[in-house]
Amino acid sequence: MKDSPAALSRRAVLGGSAALCAAPAIHASANAQTAPTGKTQMIATTLKVNGKDVRLTLDPRTTLLDALREHLHLTGTKKGCDHGQCGACTVIVEGRRINSCLTLALMHDGDDITTIEGLGTPDKMHPMQRAFVTHDGFQCGYCTPGQICSAVAVLDEIEAGIPSHVTEDLDKVAFSDAEVRERMSGNICRCAAYPNIVAAIRDVAEGEKA
Amino acid sequence: MKAFTYERATSPAKAAAAAVANPGARFIAGGTNLLDLMKLQIETPTHLIDVNRLDLDTVRETSDGGLRIGALVRNTDLAAHKKVRRDYAVLSRALLSGASGQLRNKATTAGNLLQRTRCPYFYDTTKPCNKRRPGTGCAALAGFNRNMAILGTSADCIATHPSDMAVAMRLLDATVETVAADGSSRAIPIADFHRLPGTTPDIETALAPGELVTAVVLPRPIGGSHVYRKVRDRASYAFAVISVAAIFGKDSNARFAFGGLAHKPWRTEAADAAAAAGANAVADAALAGAKTTEHNRFKTDLVRRTLAQVYAQQEIRA
Repeated sequence: MKDSPAALSRRAVLGGSAALCAAPAIHASANAQTAPTGKTQMIATTLKVNGKDVRLTLDPRTTLLDALREHLHLTGTKKGCDHGQCGACTVIVEGRRINSCLTLALMHDGDDITTIEGLGTPDKMHPMQRAFVTHDGFQCGYCTPGQICSAVAVLDEIEAGIPSHVTEDLDKVAFSDAEVRERMSGNICRCAAYPNIVAAIRDVAEGEKA
Repeated sequence: MKAFTYERATSPAKAAAAAVANPGARFIAGGTNLLDLMKLQIETPTHLIDVNRLDLDTVRETSDGGLRIGALVRNTDLAAHKKVRRDYAVLSRALLSGASGQLRNKATTAGNLLQRTRCPYFYDTTKPCNKRRPGTGCAALAGFNRNMAILGTSADCIATHPSDMAVAMRLLDATVETVAADGSSRAIPIADFHRLPGTTPDIETALAPGELVTAVVLPRPIGGSHVYRKVRDRASYAFAVISVAAIFGKDSNARFAFGGLAHKPWRTEAADAAAAAGANAVADAALAGAKTTEHNRFKTDLVRRTLAQVYAQQEIRA
């Protein structure tokens, strides 16, 4: 265990704040390396997480989700199904929501990544976080970080005029509860807090319009 | 996930050359299907070639008024593209009916075409599957095959192609452009791009080893009224049980392509020729030679009813 790559990289992260503080954004080109027998190829990468450059040296298998949770200890982002079916791992990368479990951290070298921790804090909540609290948009809370990241991006997508399956005229994109339900279908809530989630998102959308 | 080595490609031809040099290599773009299959060890590449930084992410007009869609254009961007919405609405509709918002933000045009079947026996590594392990047999033939193909099947495989986008591209007579390891390029009509299973269901496309898709080209818009009708087990975020893509033109002309029925998007000249005779005639022509199994017999009726509905909506619009 002591010599496993995971333990090494975790120690490197925990070993000092150096790994977590601003490092020069080096977009190193990862060249092909033949892994010596029994040894895993490790590759350096820089991610911009919640506004800070973070340099990591990773086993190429590391998903963005595992990089956030296991290497950076940003455990707000949740691992649900780990197969892109539940949406608990949703984060915002370069302004777009994606499933962080279905992408490799190395594919995001230099990318700007926002997790639930970057949206707001308990003292200074993002309007969407506040609306979820106000409307009780959860019970157990496990899917909530993914729901909130997704919801923030959904309002941006509607604002940008991106149509959805329920948009009647592809050129006339407007907020409605039906649009929210369709667009949020990639975020599953086992507690079925859906009506309150829709109410929370509607609240923020109306607030933005006002 | 099995260990693999990783590199970032710097040009399409270099990516293709790297793939030929590493027989266990796969290209990775969106990764939404490949990484899922790697976690389940259905795909076990020893080397990944990340093509995300290649300059293949734009949609441009072609000299004859069509569109060249870069292989890396994300599904969200393609569906929302102004020209696609206006001139190829069936493609926008098909894309928007597929997957979730998160997945469409990541999934690419080429990756969507190349995605693997969702046959549950392909996913279940404890069961035989000629597609996953050639020669082991097909567990779907005598299994729960409700969602399997009814057209173009073989004794070795009854899997369907799961893409909505590909059905619209087939309807629009798209062409797939590729580059090979030696730098040469070619254009493959989408009708010839996906293969029927035959005795080699593990070989799904016309691509040679290492050949990289660079773009999908749509011909000049043909106008008409565009429809994509998808029938599925829940209202959102589910694969099609069946789907009908249609473009209704003038003088009762129409063309049709179907999803959820075969190992590739299904389109026949006979079905298009029957357009003026109505929904039932189109269904008869499209379903000629259909071979159903115990659990998917309902699909023929579902095609008829969906076509009838598509025609009825068309009459209301007209």
